[in-house]
Amino acid sequence: MKPPPFRYVRPDSLEEALALLATHGDEAKVLAGGCSLVPMLNMRLARPEVLVDVNRVGGLAEVRADNGDVTTGAMLRQSAFERSPQLRGALPLTAACAPYIGHFVTRNRGTVGGSLAHADARGELPLVLLTLGGSVLAESRRGRRSIAAEDLFLYHFTSALEPDELLTDVRWPAAAPGWGYGFAEMAQRHGDYALAMAACALRRRDGVVAEVRLGLGAVADRPLLAGEAAGVLVGQSLDGAAGDEAVREAASLAAAAAQPFEDLHASVAYRRQLVSLLSEQVIRQGWLDADDRAGEGGP
Amino acid sequence: MSGASASGGWIGATPHRVEDETLLRGRGRFIDDLSPVPGAMHLALVRSPFAHARIRGIDTSAAAASPGTLAVLTGADLAATGRPLGAVIRGATEHHAVAVDVARYAGEPVAVVVARDRYLAEDAAELVDVDYEPLEALVDPLAAAEAGRVVSDRSFRYGDPEAAFAAAHALVRGRFPFGRWIAAPVECFGVIADWDHAADSLTVWANFQGPFTLHTVAAGALGLPAARLRLVTPPDSGGSFGVKAGVFGYIVLAGLTSKICGVPVRWIEDRVEHLAASGSATHRVTDVEAAFAADGELLALRYDVIEDVGAYLRAPEPATLYRMHGSLTGAYAVHNVAVRNRVVHTNRCPTGLNRGFGGPQLYLALERIMERGAARLGLDPVEVARRNLVPPEAFPYRTPTGGLYDSGDYAACLDDAIEAVDYEGLRRRQAERRAGGDDRLRLGIGLACVVEPSISNMGYISLAETAEERARGWPKSGNAEGATLAMNPLGGVTVRLSTVPQGQGHRTVAAQVAADVLGLSPADVEVQSEMDTHVNAWTVSSGNYSSRFAGIGAAAVAEAAAQLARKLRRIAGDVLECAPADVELVDGQARVVGQPDRGVSLRRLAGAAHWNPESLPAGLEPGLAVTAFVSAPNLDPPNDADEVASSAAHGFVVDVAVVEVDIATGEVRILDYVTVHDAGTLLHPRLVDGQILGSFAHGLGPALLEQTVHDDDGNLLTGSFMDYLCATSTEVADLRILHRCTPSPFTPLGAKGLGEGNTMSAPAALANAVCDALGLDGPDLPLTAPRVWEALAGAGGREGS
Amino acid sequence: MSDHREIAVTVNGRRYREAASDRMLLSDFLRQRLGLTGTHVGCEHGVCGSCTVHLEGAAVRSCLLLAAQADGTELRTVEGLASGDRLHPLQEAFREHFALQCGFCTPGILMAALDFLAHNPTPTRREIAEMLSGHLCRCTGYAPIIDAIAAVAGTGTTPEVTS
Ligand code: FES
Ligand code: FES
Repeated sequence: MKPPPFRYVRPDSLEEALALLATHGDEAKVLAGGCSLVPMLNMRLARPEVLVDVNRVGGLAEVRADNGDVTTGAMLRQSAFERSPQLRGALPLTAACAPYIGHFVTRNRGTVGGSLAHADARGELPLVLLTLGGSVLAESRRGRRSIAAEDLFLYHFTSALEPDELLTDVRWPAAAPGWGYGFAEMAQRHGDYALAMAACALRRRDGVVAEVRLGLGAVADRPLLAGEAAGVLVGQSLDGAAGDEAVREAASLAAAAAQPFEDLHASVAYRRQLVSLLSEQVIRQGWLDADDRAGEGGP
Repeated sequence: MSGASASGGWIGATPHRVEDETLLRGRGRFIDDLSPVPGAMHLALVRSPFAHARIRGIDTSAAAASPGTLAVLTGADLAATGRPLGAVIRGATEHHAVAVDVARYAGEPVAVVVARDRYLAEDAAELVDVDYEPLEALVDPLAAAEAGRVVSDRSFRYGDPEAAFAAAHALVRGRFPFGRWIAAPVECFGVIADWDHAADSLTVWANFQGPFTLHTVAAGALGLPAARLRLVTPPDSGGSFGVKAGVFGYIVLAGLTSKICGVPVRWIEDRVEHLAASGSATHRVTDVEAAFAADGELLALRYDVIEDVGAYLRAPEPATLYRMHGSLTGAYAVHNVAVRNRVVHTNRCPTGLNRGFGGPQLYLALERIMERGAARLGLDPVEVARRNLVPPEAFPYRTPTGGLYDSGDYAACLDDAIEAVDYEGLRRRQAERRAGGDDRLRLGIGLACVVEPSISNMGYISLAETAEERARGWPKSGNAEGATLAMNPLGGVTVRLSTVPQGQGHRTVAAQVAADVLGLSPADVEVQSEMDTHVNAWTVSSGNYSSRFAGIGAAAVAEAAAQLARKLRRIAGDVLECAPADVELVDGQARVVGQPDRGVSLRRLAGAAHWNPESLPAGLEPGLAVTAFVSAPNLDPPNDADEVASSAAHGFVVDVAVVEVDIATGEVRILDYVTVHDAGTLLHPRLVDGQILGSFAHGLGPALLEQTVHDDDGNLLTGSFMDYLCATSTEVADLRILHRCTPSPFTPLGAKGLGEGNTMSAPAALANAVCDALGLDGPDLPLTAPRVWEALAGAGGREGS
Repeated sequence: MSDHREIAVTVNGRRYREAASDRMLLSDFLRQRLGLTGTHVGCEHGVCGSCTVHLEGAAVRSCLLLAAQADGTELRTVEGLASGDRLHPLQEAFREHFALQCGFCTPGILMAALDFLAHNPTPTRREIAEMLSGHLCRCTGYAPIIDAIAAVAGTGTTPEVTS
């Protein structure tokens, strides 16, 4: 289990990094936290010619808040979402999912941009970014573009990034008054890839759901938004018997929307069952979480 | 946590481990930390991607030309200088360290690359071009039996099972498969081999856990007289749990490679190799039938066992199947047993030693059928167990299959366990919950009563052959262990063990034992545990397996120390002018009993023996080094009736598992888990509890999570730690441990082995608990949430019998 | 493997400069080039945790890093925990609680636990277990390790982590 030969390059600046990607394109791989890429190298499942280590590119791990958004540099370590009071306050849903990303030690190294670019359909951060309706900035020598989360994850391990593009920033809609959040996942062991997960961002106004986004992870070849399921909640109070009914209906629509696979660990039917349970759970979490706030804003 | 025990001795005390400081500082010496010979080249192995394929040809030219590559060897190259690995049963598929002509499991070595470092070796290994013709693979043990891939088919009958079955009030039967799993030590295998052409001998450093019988097997395959295979183990080994017995095949592989290439070589297994090809527990399918009287008395048992040992019968297999032969009736006093044992080949990795070794498979079947019997009779499982436990007055108790249980009070242990969990209260709660409305969380209580054999009688393996076949070979029995103890000129003591510890703390305990006998403190005793077959005192049963240390390994130290003490007393008697029998060794002194001020220091006595042998009592041999061997009694070869005392000592374990199953998700949560042990005298209670905790984790693993899975074509689906789900700290439940101590009359210190009991009991207890919670019979292990949920979804009751 | 790259690192306060190839893993570099064999290798795919070391003060998997990535950085390994005769309090606690058997997993767990306690000085047992779930120990059943970490948590003796 030793990596195959490659050339290692470590640019110090973004320009340098983009130049390298422009030159090597398909033959290059960006090395961020290494939590997913290096095991693949060690098993010789990945064979890049050039490894572009962006860990020392300046300015890629900053956090900025503006206009109701929080922008985090791609190289921000996953552990920051648990540790930084600022991020915990502004991005409660991201913070809620953080303890489920791998383990304590891997979160020290794993990066937010790495997780998103890796586009693992079982990733927590892709699901949360999608649920919040965030986006990323991708830069190449050809220019800079914003990619909405909805357009970023194409299928398992494949993102919309071009080979010469580097994911530089992640834009997260920050928590706003009136919004509540829920995150839940089920894995075989703590820290394993989830068998299924769900995330919810919900705005409550005048005692009813004003807006809601329900995201599902690990149950398709990319994270999904369960739009139809969310739809049945809007305009409803989730308290009382009618609320229960609405939540159950949403959960079963979510289960129907999932497109899970069968693998060694679990069947399609089981994963659908989890989607239903976890959806119920996160919708309720979102509703209760939103309860004691008021007002409007982005998710 | 240090100082002598309440009784004043070191045995039974809990001193810190002498092993720890070195390890905590990162100064341990594990196999991959050693460079015992300069210039060792690194090996990488080319392994078959197919479970079954003819090797039509191997083109090594591109690999040989790869940078840093010294040589590329094929199975044929190795076979030309070595021999097949000997098997226990005649007629088993011929097994070479590297496949010749046909690969029979995915992961089997087919070529060896020798290169300057492991990176380069792996580069070259990718360039070895093997022309495979895939053949049909057999994966399922039942299919293998059907297809006639049976290596051994033996039937046994004890008592009068037919009559007992005919007279039974109730018959219950069931099929209980126990899939493969692997104890997976965190350190993988490692071998450094240096063939000396001048002496035509091989020195091997390996994290092997013997020599035991496998040194002999390896020497045979290397074509060496055993005296010219020198095996050295490093001071530290990163766990084994039996698995590292499998290293011997690689000792042969590396030894022959070193011989052919004329350089020392080094092979460090990686994790992917380990999971694919190091070994595993057997996959066993047990059909069991039990006959009960109306009052719950167990009248007879009938087993029909199919045991998958993989593509080859790797020594010491089929030992997994026969290790428990003397204990097929478990903890129960039942006299009638019928058994059919079939050993089958599949296209999967050869199996081998693995913690619990046959016990988990046996007790899953036996304890499940006891639970089912209770259900059928409408009795409480605890009552049925109690009705049948071997009573305390029956010891030593001869089992129908020839086992000789040494001591115990099984019913008292059961009482302790059910009191500790408040069994009555639990049953009440369970009934209330069942009566109540919300039934999403189901409570289940599972019991397992298991006899934990330790100190194997090597002879049991020969039961795989008939009495007539056995008569043609040597009779085999035995369990002997040796130790060497020496006193240096200043009175310090060194001990050399042959027990090859893999983390259990043998050095700590050996120092306690020697200190007690010699009237010293453990700090005065230096213990070494490296095996060097050219140096150590060892026997063909020496090594680390079948929980032998407490019962027999420590006893060898005690015996060697006692012999040295006798000598010291004689010298002291001379000096103190008293009879040697009146000398006691206390606090580093030899003193006249009852006269504490009449004494002489051991240092003085040692000085005299070393510096002035002339001063020794007439007829006393000079020198203060003693090598002693001990052997537990009653372990004869199997007799003509196929009865065998398969082990010397028998501990007893009662587990009660209390679980909650979420029927919406299938999750099993352990609410409480109590284990009661009787392992005789406890030499170091903290180390004892450490063994129990570890063995529990290794039982919980395959019960709830861990399984080695191949698809229908024999491809491994659990080839990394991402898919082979070792139990971690968030899954291993808190364990409550209680003890009783009924010393063994058969081991010199009264101690019994205890490192495997919960690996045997936990799968049964947890399966019983989950079945109790769900009121249905399944699913098969491991009881992962998805599998439990599927079983419920598919159930209208999959109840057997 | 052509060792064309010079790697300069400070490990446990000592400076080293050794050659490595581009693809050499940091775990191999520490063990084979620097002779710091206290860092163990159990899986080389980031699961077992035995290779855990501190890189610039943070616990990381050295099997998931290239030696080249550590160039110019400061590392700490298990060999750097004790000061002279004195074991680090966490090491003491491991001994006191019989938290190791074979000791193969121990160095990685010590390094992870120290970083963990630096961020969470008074963890609950559940939090310790969650941190520890990133490490495999096949010997101890984990409970004694949790005991040892809990014993030093909150005693104020641990936050003396990497400089
Ligand atoms: S060796 Fe690095 S995590 Fe296992
Ligand atoms: S002590 Fe052996 S693996 Fe942890």
